[in-house]
Amino acid sequence: MEDIIFELQFFLEVLISGLLTGSLYSLVALGFVLIFKASGVFNFAQGAMMLFAALSLVGFQELLGVHWTVAFVMAIAVMVLLAWCVEKFVLGKLVNQEPIILFMATIGITFFLDGFGQTLWGSDIKVMDVGLPTGSFDMGGIFIDKLELVAGFTAGALVLALALFFNKTKIGRALRAVADDHQAALSVGISLRTIWIIVWSVAGLVGLVAGIMWGSKLGVQFSLTLLALKALPVLILGGFTSIPGAIVGGLIIGSGEKLAEIYIGPFVGGAIENWFAYMLAMVFLLFRPQGLFGEKIIERV
Amino acid sequence: MSLRKFVLGALGVAVLAAPFAVSAPALAEESLYLPKLVYRTGPFAPGGIPTANGAVDYWAMINERDGGVGGAKVIVEECEFGYNTDRGVECYERTKKKHGGALVYQPYSTGVTYALADRTRKDKIPLLTMGYGRSDAGIGSAFPYVFPMALNYWGQSTGIMKYMASQEGGIEKMKGKTIALVYLDIAYGKESLPIFRTMSEKFDFKLKEYPVTFPGIEQKATWLQIRRAKPDYIVMWGWGVMNQSAIKEAANIRFPIDHFIGNWWSGAEQDTVPAGKAAIGYKSATFSAAGTDFPVIQDILTHVYGKGKGKGKENVGQVLYNRAVVTQVFIHHAILNAQKEFGVKSVSSEQLRWGLENVNMTDATAASLGMKGLGPNLKISCNDHIGGGGVFIQQWDGKKWNIVSEYIKPMNDLVIPAMEKSAAKYLKEKGVSAVSCS
Repeated sequence: MEDIIFELQFFLEVLISGLLTGSLYSLVALGFVLIFKASGVFNFAQGAMMLFAALSLVGFQELLGVHWTVAFVMAIAVMVLLAWCVEKFVLGKLVNQEPIILFMATIGITFFLDGFGQTLWGSDIKVMDVGLPTGSFDMGGIFIDKLELVAGFTAGALVLALALFFNKTKIGRALRAVADDHQAALSVGISLRTIWIIVWSVAGLVGLVAGIMWGSKLGVQFSLTLLALKALPVLILGGFTSIPGAIVGGLIIGSGEKLAEIYIGPFVGGAIENWFAYMLAMVFLLFRPQGLFGEKIIERV
Repeated sequence: MSLRKFVLGALGVAVLAAPFAVSAPALAEESLYLPKLVYRTGPFAPGGIPTANGAVDYWAMINERDGGVGGAKVIVEECEFGYNTDRGVECYERTKKKHGGALVYQPYSTGVTYALADRTRKDKIPLLTMGYGRSDAGIGSAFPYVFPMALNYWGQSTGIMKYMASQEGGIEKMKGKTIALVYLDIAYGKESLPIFRTMSEKFDFKLKEYPVTFPGIEQKATWLQIRRAKPDYIVMWGWGVMNQSAIKEAANIRFPIDHFIGNWWSGAEQDTVPAGKAAIGYKSATFSAAGTDFPVIQDILTHVYGKGKGKGKENVGQVLYNRAVVTQVFIHHAILNAQKEFGVKSVSSEQLRWGLENVNMTDATAASLGMKGLGPNLKISCNDHIGGGGVFIQQWDGKKWNIVSEYIKPMNDLVIPAMEKSAAKYLKEKGVSAVSCS
C-alpha cells in the first residue's frame, strides 16, 4: 500500500514538474508565435534573440555595475534597437517576398546574433542573478522547483497581457491585419514598418523574460539558443498563431516528455525526451494539422 | 573603375593573399608547428575557452621567455571547430601539412579523437588526449600514435570507485549500495559504462545508468528518477552546460552533495560558479592542481600577461586552464627528448612520437619545467601510452577547489585486461597489426 502511495506521489511530482518545465518552454515559444502571428514570418532567430537579450542584461550589470532593473531597461532598449535594425536592414527590403525568403533571412539574423553576441559579451558562462528564488520546497513529499513556479506564473501573466494587447488595442488589431495580408494592410494606411518594429520589440521583450528565467536556471551561455529546438514541438502542437496555444502546447510537451522519459525511457535505453517531444507533436499533426489552437486556413483558388 | 568596384577588388585580393602573407615569414626559421583545435564558440565554449587559453598562453610564454624550444620557434594556430566532430576532422585535414607539417593534435573532444585515431595513424602524427579520448588507446602497440596520458576514463572510474569505497570503510562495504551513473549521451559519456558495469558485477553494488540527452540543458526527468532510486552515490560523466545544471538539480532533490562526484571534466570553476550555493561541497576527480602558485603559471603571468598579451587572464589558475598547461608541458618535454635524440631543432611528427614514448616526468623534470605539483609524474613507453597516472578527488568550497584525497591509483587488474581486449578487437576490426615494441 505504501508503495502505491509513493508511486502515485511520484507520478504527481513528475506531472507537476513537467507542467512547470513546459511553462518555461512556452516562454520561448511565445516569441515565435508573436512574430508569426503579426508578420507571417517564422522567426528562426528567436533563440538567438533570447540569448542576446540575456547577454545584454548581464553584460550591462557587469560592465556598469548597475542594479538589474536598470540593466533590464537597458536590455529592452537594445532589443528595440535590434528590432529597428531588423526592419531597416533585413525585413524592410523584403516586403511582399515569399515567406520562405523571410524565413531564410531570419536564419541569417540567427547566425549574426550568435556571433555578434559572443563577440560583444564573450562566450563564458555568465551568472544571472536577478533575485529569483532557487532550490525546491516540499509540498507533502513532492518537491517543487521554486524557479519553475515563478516561471509558470510569469508565463501566465505574459499570455494574459499579450492576449489583451492583441485583442483590445488598436495596435493589436493592426498587427493582426498585417498578418492577414501585407498589401491590404498597407492600402488601409497601416504602417508596415512601425508594426514590424513593434512586434519584433515585443518578441525581444518576451525573449528577454525567457532569457532571465532560463539564464537563472542554466547561466547565460550559448546553450540558451538551443532552447529554440525545445519550442518547436510546442509550436507544432499549439499552433503557430495562438498565444494560449503556446502555453497549452508547452504544458502538454513538458509533461509528456517527462512522463515518457520516466515511464517509457527505461525500456528503450533512456534519453528519449528530446525526440519524444517531436514525435508527440507529429502524431498530433496527423489529426489536427493546424495545431490545437491554430487557424484553419482555407485558400480558394 | 568606380570607387565601389576598386574597394571590392582590393578587398578580394587581400582576402586571397592573406594565407600566404601569414605563412611566409614563419618558414624562414627553425620552427615547431602545433595546430590547436579549439571551441571558443558553441554550447561547450565555457570549457573550450580555458583549455584553449592555457595552451596558447603557454607557448606564447615559451616563445617570449626562451625564444622557442631548443632554438625553434613554436607556431600555434587555432582552428575553431565548435565541438563538432565533422568540423574537427576538417580542421585536422586543413592544418596537417601547414608549416612543414603538424607535430601533434590535442582536440579536447572524445568524438574527434575517435574520428582521428585512424587518420593520425596513417599520417604518422601523434594525437595527445591527456585525460580523455579512447580508453583502449593506452595500449601503445595497437594505437602507436594515440597518447591518452595520465589516466584513461576506465582508470579514472576505478579511482573514483576506490574513493567512494574509502568513504564507506572499504571496497567490501560497497556491496548492496546503489551508484547512479549520470552521463552525457554521446561517445564521451558512454566511455564510462563498460568499466562501471564490470565493477558492479565484481563488487556487487547496484548500478543505475542515467543518460542525459545532448547537450544536457533540461535534466528534470533524470533527476526525478534519481530521487526515486535513492542512490548512495552519484557519479557524473558530464561536460559543458550539463554539469552545473546537474549540480543544481541534485540540490533540488536534496541529495547529499558530498556524495555526488564528477569526473575530471565535470569539476571546474565553469561548472560550480554558475551553480552558486548548490555546488558547495560537490566533489570531482582531477589529475592537475588549480591555482597560480606554480613557476610555470607565474612565468605565463610575467612573460605573457605582464607584456599586455595573453588570451584571458580570468582563466589563469583555473582547473581547466592549468590542465591545458600541464598537457603543453608534456609536449614540451617530448619535443626536448626528440631534439636531443635526433639532433635537429625542427623535429618531425614521427620524431615527436618517439619523444612522447620516452617521456619520463619525474619530480626533477617537472621542477625543471616549472610544473612540480601541478600535474602527474608519468613514464610513457612504446607499450604504455598512459604512464601510470592516478587521480585526486577535489571539493568545491564555494570559492575554490581543494584536494581532499590521497593520490589514488587505478585498479589496473580490471582496467588493463579490458583495454587489451578492446584494443585487440579494434585491430581485428580495422585489419591492422600491432606495432612491435621490442
